Amino acid sequence: MCLAIPGKIESISGDEPMLRVGRINFGGVFKEASLAYVPEAQVGDYVIVHVGFALSRLDEDEAHKVFEYLKQMDELADLEDITNAKTK
Amino acid sequence: MKYLDEYRDAELAQKFAREIHRVTTRPWVIMEVCGGQTHAIVKFGIDELLPKQITLVHGPGCPVCVTPLEIIDKAIEIAARPGVILTSFGDMLRVPGSATDLLSVKARGGDVRIVYSPIDALKVAEQNPTREVVFFGVGFETTAPATAMAVYQAAQRRLQNFSMLISHVLVPPAIEALMSSPDCCVQGFLAAGHVCAVVGYEEYFPLAKKYRVPIVVTGFEPLDILHGVLMTIQQLEDGRAEVENQYARAVRREGNQPAQELVRKVFKIIHRKWRGIGEIPLSGLGLADEFAAFDAEKRFGLTEHHVAEPKECLSGLVLQGLKKPLECPAFGAKCTPEHPLGATMVSSEGACAAYYRYRRREDKEMAGAR
Repeated sequence: MCLAIPGKIESISGDEPMLRVGRINFGGVFKEASLAYVPEAQVGDYVIVHVGFALSRLDEDEAHKVFEYLKQMDELADLEDITNAKTK
Repeated sequence: MKYLDEYRDAELAQKFAREIHRVTTRPWVIMEVCGGQTHAIVKFGIDELLPKQITLVHGPGCPVCVTPLEIIDKAIEIAARPGVILTSFGDMLRVPGSATDLLSVKARGGDVRIVYSPIDALKVAEQNPTREVVFFGVGFETTAPATAMAVYQAAQRRLQNFSMLISHVLVPPAIEALMSSPDCCVQGFLAAGHVCAVVGYEEYFPLAKKYRVPIVVTGFEPLDILHGVLMTIQQLEDGRAEVENQYARAVRREGNQPAQELVRKVFKIIHRKWRGIGEIPLSGLGLADEFAAFDAEKRFGLTEHHVAEPKECLSGLVLQGLKKPLECPAFGAKCTPEHPLGATMVSSEGACAAYYRYRRREDKEMAGAR
């Protein structure tokens, strides 16, 4: 029910903030969504869409963090391996 | 799809799982609040990647499941009236009321239509000016801005033939109700990411403090859920009880301000009954006085009545995380998605329906192998 899907804004129509509508690209499937709640969103931005409304603009930097965290985890594990090997 | 596929990477999921195994030293019980997360956990087998000490219990975050029988009966009563077009989300049509469901009303000639968005219901009203068009609106904070916009625009356009049967509910009062129950065994929460995309997560700070529970705002993809579980376990192992945000790519601390503003304008906070749980104070939304003209209950003169839940259905206990679907004797026998006894079997996000779809065969096979 709270399913919301990320998509890319391809174009925007309507000038009035409450009636702004975006044409959203969901991996090749296009659908219109209201941009009334994301006044800051521009063409090229990714938004998450729920029942025809964009609810949030996706933050690219934050999106990368989980992968950076996983990478750091790897590096830590490598470091631990080296330390363990040395102490053996 | 960007922002979707990369969060389903099996190898990275294993990395998270290994880290979770590494940090876990004791048994912990964690509840994922949202039905969408339950569905993903069972579908992708995320719970099976976790150490045996970690128990994920499924929360009440399925609005279809918690909509009380009485309101479904009201929708059915409205839909059966001549001249009415009743619109709702697809999931609502199969939910059994006390005697029948909306799909059966449709089969008998009622004009019941599935819409993707409340705004589509508004269009139906504009295209059918001689008919009464009702939108049966359910949902959590995530859906409320869409419902609010439909009411607001109906008022702006002075639509006379449009009204709403509202059953909107709120997450934090439900968490509070669960935590204050003496039976509660939950030690940490994954908060629903999309609810928080709308309302932010400041409301959770007092809850985390009062009940000494970690609350981690979490997304819906496998890597999000595993990351949320890891963050919760790290807090539990450290003895911390903080509010953290795993889903920062979509959720800001203050949430979506324009959406909150319109929701505050169109709705007021009221007491709501939750199916299987009972009334929770100040846990739902009803139309504000300014928009009372769009209230379908008033327009159709519906009266209050009380209906008892079927005794053999354990959905109330499942919704509170006190029972797992497979512990119910009716599961998969008397109760199936085709003939559900309770709402947790109806909605695709209900815990029982998720287990029926993804776990039933496996469990039978395991039973056969034993």
